[in-house]
Amino acid sequence: MLTGVALPVAFALVAAAFALSFWRLLVGPSAPDRILALDTLYVNAIALLVLLGIQLSSALYFEAALLIALMGFIGTVALCKFLLRGDIIE
Amino acid sequence: MLRPPPHPLVALTLAAVWLLLSNSLAPGQIALGLLLGWAITLFAARFWPTTPRIHRPLLLLRFIGVVLADIVVANLAVARLIVVSPARLRPAFVQVPLALKSDLAISVLANTICLTPGTVSSRLAPDRAHLLVHALDAADPDGLVATIKRRYEAPLREIFEPC
Amino acid sequence: MMDLLLSFLILAGALFTFIGSLGLVRLRDFYTRLHGPTKASTLGVGSLLVASALYFSTRGEGVSLHEVLVTLFLFITAPVSAHLLSKAALHLKLHSLAPLPQGERSEPSGPNRSTVSQNSERDAQ
Repeated sequence: MLTGVALPVAFALVAAAFALSFWRLLVGPSAPDRILALDTLYVNAIALLVLLGIQLSSALYFEAALLIALMGFIGTVALCKFLLRGDIIE
Repeated sequence: MLRPPPHPLVALTLAAVWLLLSNSLAPGQIALGLLLGWAITLFAARFWPTTPRIHRPLLLLRFIGVVLADIVVANLAVARLIVVSPARLRPAFVQVPLALKSDLAISVLANTICLTPGTVSSRLAPDRAHLLVHALDAADPDGLVATIKRRYEAPLREIFEPC
Repeated sequence: MMDLLLSFLILAGALFTFIGSLGLVRLRDFYTRLHGPTKASTLGVGSLLVASALYFSTRGEGVSLHEVLVTLFLFITAPVSAHLLSKAALHLKLHSLAPLPQGERSEPSGPNRSTVSQNSERDAQ
């Protein structure tokens, strides 16, 4: 049940989520829209890594997911600050 | 140099995070985690001049439970709105007047609003009197403000700033 | 039994992640689009992480709880980035389906306008 049905379906759904977010990243139309799409891509990447970890029964992917969560948050905050102030480090 | 940590709760939280990160409960890891919590709070103390006080820990736990339940309910509602009727949404900006005063309480309230029922906090007024909130589907904006004030702001007020 | 629970958590998580991205595409202005990823995707990934913690805990190599860390981190940071994105959009005066309330139209501008709220965001972390 788990490996037969649930995991492939979950992979397909997350891949579709990637495609939709990527479409928004390309289309825009504004800068905050693109940042939001990037942020969603980060979250989707975490989901994909967690699924891979379960599929391959390997706990190694957890570290990568944690790092992506950290970097994604910092990237989003830095980009938003750039939009708000026109500068990141004051 | 051998001083007790200025923020014992933060030190304990850091130790717990370390244990989660190393994914073990070995005595050595516990000692290392406590050492890290102690050292980090000592070195970072000057960035946190004030220590927030939690006056009602049990109420805080209950509040966290309420918020977690609300997160699941709110997500089901938002998911239904996105899938079923994206064209019939009634988005609205509402102003929530704030009774909270402290930084921590206001930021916890803003985070809670972002995670729960179809709302995102957008901007805090410079004088901290209002919080601008965007609602995804607001049939009754005044009722929404009343709900936020009753369900989230009132407990936070009791937890962080009792009169 | 465990298998069924795991399958349910994984499917629900993947479905919520998908719906979050679907909202990103289907909704019509930035402020409503913001709701999909911040809520649905966060809950979806949270559910996947709970499934992962259960999966690795039941394989007989001891309890695995470090997924909780990522979940906590996501649930703390997602609202902060949503708030910042929303503030940035207001700053750029993006088109909104909902009218802004009175008094918000004439926003004070200048570099120090948002100092107060940024301090409170820093405290949240």
